[in-house]
Amino acid sequence: MQEFQTLDHDVIVIGAGGAGLRAAIEAAAHGVSVGLVCKSLLGKAHTVMAEGGIAAALANVDERDGWEVHVTDTLRGGQYVNNWRMAELHAKEAPARVRELEAWGAVFDRTPDGRILQRNFGGHRYPRLAHVGDRTGLEMIRTLQDHGVHQGIDVHMEVTVLALYQREGRVCGALAYDRERGRFRLFRAKAIVLATGGIGRAYTITSNSWEYTGDGHALAYHAGAALQDMEFVQFHPTGMVWPPSVRGILVTEGVRGEGGILVNSQGRRFMFDDIPENYRAQTADTPEEGWRYVLGDKEARRPAELLTRDHVARCIVREVREGRGSPHGGVFLDIAWIKERIPNAADHIKKKLPSMYHQFKQLADIDITKEPMEVGPTTHYVMGGVRVDGDTQMSTVPGLFAAGEVAAGLHGANRLGGNSLSDLVVFGKRAGEFAARFAKEHTALEPDQGEVNQTAREALAPFDRPAGENPYQVQHALQVMMQDLVGIVRREEEMARAVDGLETLRQRANRAGVTGNREYNPGWHTALDLPNLLTVSEAVARSAIERKESRGGHFRDDYPEKDAAWGSFNLLVQRRPDGGMAVRREPVVGVTDELTRLVEKYK
Amino acid sequence: MAQATFQIWRGEHGDGQFVDFRTEVSEGMVVLDAVHQIQATQATDLAVRWNCKAGKCGSCSAEINGTPKLMCMTRLDQLDLTEPVTIEPMRSFPHARDLVTDVSWNFRVKPQIRPFTPRAPDAADGTWRMEQEDVNRVQEFRKCIECFLCQDVCHVLRDHHLHDEFVGPRYLVYAAALEMHPLDVLDRRGELRLAHGIGYCNITKCCTTVCPEGIQITDNAIIPLKERVMDHAFDPVVKLYGLITGKIAGP
Repeated sequence: MQEFQTLDHDVIVIGAGGAGLRAAIEAAAHGVSVGLVCKSLLGKAHTVMAEGGIAAALANVDERDGWEVHVTDTLRGGQYVNNWRMAELHAKEAPARVRELEAWGAVFDRTPDGRILQRNFGGHRYPRLAHVGDRTGLEMIRTLQDHGVHQGIDVHMEVTVLALYQREGRVCGALAYDRERGRFRLFRAKAIVLATGGIGRAYTITSNSWEYTGDGHALAYHAGAALQDMEFVQFHPTGMVWPPSVRGILVTEGVRGEGGILVNSQGRRFMFDDIPENYRAQTADTPEEGWRYVLGDKEARRPAELLTRDHVARCIVREVREGRGSPHGGVFLDIAWIKERIPNAADHIKKKLPSMYHQFKQLADIDITKEPMEVGPTTHYVMGGVRVDGDTQMSTVPGLFAAGEVAAGLHGANRLGGNSLSDLVVFGKRAGEFAARFAKEHTALEPDQGEVNQTAREALAPFDRPAGENPYQVQHALQVMMQDLVGIVRREEEMARAVDGLETLRQRANRAGVTGNREYNPGWHTALDLPNLLTVSEAVARSAIERKESRGGHFRDDYPEKDAAWGSFNLLVQRRPDGGMAVRREPVVGVTDELTRLVEKYK
Repeated sequence: MAQATFQIWRGEHGDGQFVDFRTEVSEGMVVLDAVHQIQATQATDLAVRWNCKAGKCGSCSAEINGTPKLMCMTRLDQLDLTEPVTIEPMRSFPHARDLVTDVSWNFRVKPQIRPFTPRAPDAADGTWRMEQEDVNRVQEFRKCIECFLCQDVCHVLRDHHLHDEFVGPRYLVYAAALEMHPLDVLDRRGELRLAHGIGYCNITKCCTTVCPEGIQITDNAIIPLKERVMDHAFDPVVKLYGLITGKIAGP
């Protein structure tokens, strides 16, 4: 029998990145008691790594922009399987959320007339990304953190949630452990917001930190909630490829937004060779026109490097496969070339892309103001996640909400750069508000002691197997398998092998053992992350097998074309009563006549 | 493949010793890679705090060969690998386990500094106007990743343990970012002198030396703040006003 510290809050928010912080702030503003639970120290969550900017149709740089254009860009980028209601709310509310960040102290780069500056990004028709050099995520998380610590929120740092509990058909609590001492904490709450981010640690090459083990996805799934769109994983086209130890670290799309070009080993700007039909009208015919766009010529169209991430990533894979790659298996991303076109290019690059300059100089001995970078795709984001109501962000389980990367819907089959940071604050706010309302309308319920004890027993089991499987090795095997078999280019038989392989890995994970004690024991923490990684990996693989077409982040070698019939369905994953994973189709949500007209208008 | 020896501090709550580990070294590796390799193969319970591994989150601060650094940004080819590389936790904070320290004090200090408070919006739509050149200075301070290396190396904290009287360089930079924010209307000079102990800093610039973000902590943040605080505290007009009105002059 375990001793638990028991804590009562009206609302607990799990995860303290942009979405979790914004949700906690909003819930607190509605007068309920809020607990914010996060795996890391406050302010270290993955939001901190976001670089390029936050998308909002402020129309500060191009007055033609507006929510109507933003929503259609988002839907086009997502290949129309988005939750259209979420895309609409996001486009309408993002400007207010950005201005709110400024009111809370964020210091964005400025236009010449003193307003918030916006930059170009892939798939956005107009310059739309409010930014701070290439460290926008840091600015955002710090702003929310510094504002949040004055809102009466109880922050539980370095605490990991193990399971959620329900009574009377709604959530009522969660069991967690603190990483430093390894002690259990039982949180009782009337509503719970998941804001746990993504699943990138299921892959070897990833831009994601250790935290991204799909915890929220798995917690929701085991609570009976539906997941959606899990086949749509975003491989960002530009991660570092060399040296090996930095493989996967993100190179911001902002490099291309500032005029960076992609070239193969033959020196060819290969992105101009393959422009998808649905973007042809918006894309420059020549590199010259693309450069004029970068300079702000409103008559010019975007350079081909600013096509959507799914497409750019596939083009890079093609160049490498066909033998036109860079020495270390990527392609070249060149920003230094702009010195041919503008004076003081080196200073300009350092001012607009300071972290990139720093990162390459320090980690790869490359001066990006002088030489090209080598880049290749890296696992970056999961469009799929917890299925939520577009307005309230409540999952299919009453009282359980989700916001940010862990939620599905906004991005459809492919997310546009910059739409993630705006997603966090738009839907973080909504989740916080509706979770607070839910909490006010419901009473507290006591989690079942037997279930709680069961969770605790299972969590401690790895200590009974000191000679068991090394959890790091199981995790590594999982990452290698997912990278190989359910990566950027997918085939039915490979994914079927992955599903079988996951079963074998599950058995190994069940035998995982750890040495040492419960205090700050990363081996134990890794062992406890494994079941979550296995759950989300299975959801990705099963959904990817089911979707027999290619769309957005999901590319099937055996079904390389987009199939219009699939364009009206999302795939849902849910736990069957017998514990197995069921995959089913549901029609796309939120399509209205008004939005359909807008899509047509801004084709 | 080449190998190197790492002497890693192991133990709990202050009790501990260096333990030697040998591991393979490959091109481009950073110290954090070596620690992860050792963790995965030789010491699964080796405690280390880290997140982004890209120099952006400021979690993996440690003392490498005695110098406070981020483990993720310290390349092995910049160290002398013919000698063992020592890796130990930040020494200015209470030790938790192995390379992990209890940095919670920092999180308690921040809320003591009064938060950002903007003037009324400049435009009817609720927005403000700021020139880029007016925000450059603040943007430098806002690059801070809160790695606390500056706190670790500051002798006021490290040697004199004046945690109750001095907020440390990180929070002087934080205060400077607020005081020099074009929109902020609060005046924090009084509490900077009395509650936050800015006078303890005798500008040895150790903090600036270790800052992984290259923030000119001493020259651009602390010295200008000190000047503002002194101007305020010893302004004869303020003193006279205090004498006449009976309110305490200065902070």
